[in-house]
Amino acid sequence: MAIPRHDEHVHPGAPDANEVNFYQYQGRWHGLASWIFSTDHKKIGLMYLTLMLVFFTVGMSLGFMIRLELFKPGQQFVSAQTYNSLFTLHGVIMIFLFVIPGLSASMGNFMLPIMIGAKDVQFPRLNLLSWWLFVTGALLAVTALFTGGGPPDTGWTFYAPYSIRTGTNVTLAAFAVFVLGFSSILTGLNFVTTIHRMRAPGMGFFKMPLFVWSIYATGWLQVVATPVIGITLVLIMVERSFGIGVFDPTKGGDPILYQHMFWIYSHPAVYIMILPGLGAISEVITVHARRTIFGYSFIAMSSIAIALFGSIVWAHHMFVSGNSLVANFVFSLLTMIVAIPSAVKVFNWVATLYKGSIQLETPMLYALAFIFIFMIGGFTGMMIGVLSVDVHVHDTYFIVGHFHYILFGGLGFAFFASLHHWFPKMFARMYHQVPSKIAWFLTFVGFNVLYGPMFILGWEGMPRRYWDYLPQYTHWHQVSTVGSWIMVAGILMMFINLIHSIKHGEECTDRNPWGGGRTLEWTVPSPPPLENFRDVPVVDRGPYDLAPHSEAK
Amino acid sequence: MSTEAHSIALAHHKDYRGSKFAIWLFLITEVILFGGMFLLYSVYRSEHAADFHRGAEELNTLLGSINTIILLTSSLTMALAIAGTHHGNRKLALWMLAVTVLCACGFLVIKYFEWGAKIHHGIYPGSARLAAFPKGEILFFGLYFTMAGVHGIHVLVGAVLLTVMFFRVLGQPHAKLSFVAGHGLQHAEGARLAIIDEQGTPLWKGDKIDTTIQRIDVKTKYWPVKQRFKVEDFNQLENAGLYWHIVDIIWIFLFPLFYLIT
Amino acid sequence: MSHDAGHHEEAHHEPVGYGQYFMTWFALVFLTAITVTAAGLHLGAISVLVALLIATVKASIVLWLFMHMKYEDATFHRLIAVMMVALAIFIGLTFTDTLFR
Repeated sequence: MAIPRHDEHVHPGAPDANEVNFYQYQGRWHGLASWIFSTDHKKIGLMYLTLMLVFFTVGMSLGFMIRLELFKPGQQFVSAQTYNSLFTLHGVIMIFLFVIPGLSASMGNFMLPIMIGAKDVQFPRLNLLSWWLFVTGALLAVTALFTGGGPPDTGWTFYAPYSIRTGTNVTLAAFAVFVLGFSSILTGLNFVTTIHRMRAPGMGFFKMPLFVWSIYATGWLQVVATPVIGITLVLIMVERSFGIGVFDPTKGGDPILYQHMFWIYSHPAVYIMILPGLGAISEVITVHARRTIFGYSFIAMSSIAIALFGSIVWAHHMFVSGNSLVANFVFSLLTMIVAIPSAVKVFNWVATLYKGSIQLETPMLYALAFIFIFMIGGFTGMMIGVLSVDVHVHDTYFIVGHFHYILFGGLGFAFFASLHHWFPKMFARMYHQVPSKIAWFLTFVGFNVLYGPMFILGWEGMPRRYWDYLPQYTHWHQVSTVGSWIMVAGILMMFINLIHSIKHGEECTDRNPWGGGRTLEWTVPSPPPLENFRDVPVVDRGPYDLAPHSEAK
Repeated sequence: MSTEAHSIALAHHKDYRGSKFAIWLFLITEVILFGGMFLLYSVYRSEHAADFHRGAEELNTLLGSINTIILLTSSLTMALAIAGTHHGNRKLALWMLAVTVLCACGFLVIKYFEWGAKIHHGIYPGSARLAAFPKGEILFFGLYFTMAGVHGIHVLVGAVLLTVMFFRVLGQPHAKLSFVAGHGLQHAEGARLAIIDEQGTPLWKGDKIDTTIQRIDVKTKYWPVKQRFKVEDFNQLENAGLYWHIVDIIWIFLFPLFYLIT
Repeated sequence: MSHDAGHHEEAHHEPVGYGQYFMTWFALVFLTAITVTAAGLHLGAISVLVALLIATVKASIVLWLFMHMKYEDATFHRLIAVMMVALAIFIGLTFTDTLFR
């Protein structure tokens, strides 16, 4: 069964591809098949979005259970072994099935071609393959839960030598992540090529929207860094199956080398996670502050700088693992540098907001919350980049607080901002306003009550991944757990509101419903037709300039 | 047909440069994939130099050298196959492709015998004999089997890929034009499709086109000659060739690092 | 880096003659013979360096001639550079740890 090339799909007798929106377009396939076999980047983006949010909800439920178990010292609901699997799964699902595909696979797929004036990505069928690989990896990961020795209990980091010895289903889980990594590589490759080759006439690199810049930098990281975890996981599988010894101390192997190889990918991976979020925030702020972005080229270059510097700091995850002092010194120094481009972004966003006409729409609320939370995450990151601090707080709740502020408060809030910001474009409806703002408030307050105390807990010495703890930590654990209830309530409210609004929200067929949108996606119909543009747009101004584009039909 | 120029729907251009760019991005991932294992090799070698020497002595340098020559030759035949298409020499291209696949199989056959001998002598990951070796040698053989194994998988994939390419080249080159009702066909009613020579004389005429026709596909298969050659036609073959050369380059490094450090 | 329809940009160079490929192959085989010989010479500490050097030359020849890097423009040369720099960083920075333990 051959998947037709994109331009061979035009079906004799079918309505002109661009007369109707992409949901209504009837190609070769019908019904569910028109989604599963679609090479349309918009449908692929929506499929990613749906499955990812399902996994986010699963991961969030696992987190909810973790917090319940930690409400008091001693066993509440689950045994220690189960608890180990809970946090492993929480990490694996959140990281590999939500945050890494993240805004790139979902909104990137949907918006990237439109933002550069293209009809699709460079390789639409490869894009579909990426999606199928994602589904396959997800299924394999789920299978790893219920077969063999049970779900992995190694933590999402699969550190050797325990990951080599444990009887749990590490091999299958590692293979699942390998498949997911392959999906990520192909997406990155596709997006980088698309950006190089399919920009509309007149759109030089420095006329691209900042979201596109962030997708570009992310794509490079996906291509260059992901193969390293690919081979690392292969080595784990080979170690477990054949005992080659490369990470096994009894055979002369060095477990620290596993950590090096693991983090050579996994540190750039956190930039794969956050960069599209940073790009989306730039888009949200310009539109809802009714201003052109301040410092466009600096923000653009900072995305590249983050990708570059983020690739050379990995061993700061290993300061207390047994590294040489030379390595610790080098990596600590390099870690300081990576804060600079992130700070460049924050300064420019704040400068954009200053004297802007700020509309406190829900996307802007999430964006403002993002800046606050991202800064806390960033500052605490700087703290733990200092050797003398990390020696005390490594593997404590301080770290857990830090990365949840950066990843969840960072990418998570940027994700929620993006969902609301591009909602009317994708669904031609507006979400219900009041519930969206209540949900935001609960999520923001709940988030800080949940994760803020973790800095205190960690500073006082509470170790991470512990199922039980000393009574002196009980107070802040309880505060944190209550915070999780508030936050989950807010997030559930947000999801229910958005899902309900898809069918029952106020109709909104405006091309530019926020009024302030100036990038190309706000010039096409909501929802867009199959090939996005009737005519190839000609770009003759910067992405956030206030003058109108040559009107696309 | 002026309406077509503005419609993206029929902008059916093959982006040769974009395709080449993308395959190079993929090759970067392959190199870095092997790079991770070279990283392990470098570290362990620097820590166990003497053991690595001893391990290398166990390997069959003659077979390794023969395999190296085989792969280098296969790179030559691959390059010649592509050059054949450039020169309009389809027969050469097909023969050279076939030889390349044969070389790949030859490489794998020799590997099979090499490893068979090793296993017969009890040297393989997890074996009791290997466990008694010094740590550095255990690591040497662990890395040897893994790196040569992953490389061998890539050789196998390459052989399959090039076989597919062989059959693709058989059906090339061809050009295909599609005219769809609503995009250029609407003014063609009553006209005929014809093949016309340089003087304007029709060599062949089809039936009149009426309104029931929805689409006309014209697929032209032609013998390639140098003057008519377009790089885009053999895009896939060139990409497959690039993959094959990378597989060769990996072995160029594997060979001395495992066989020649005696 | 403004983009136009892809197929207008190609620099159509004259196809490479077959002879050049045979010369390339011969150079590679020759270098293989050299490296095998050098291995038997007991050069001690620099033997690895010599082997790696020859391998690098061989790989460069394959890249430059068989893989047509000679005929590609700066974009593709930069891709190769990215690849080599990434590897160098990953291996090099790891050695700041393992070399100084």
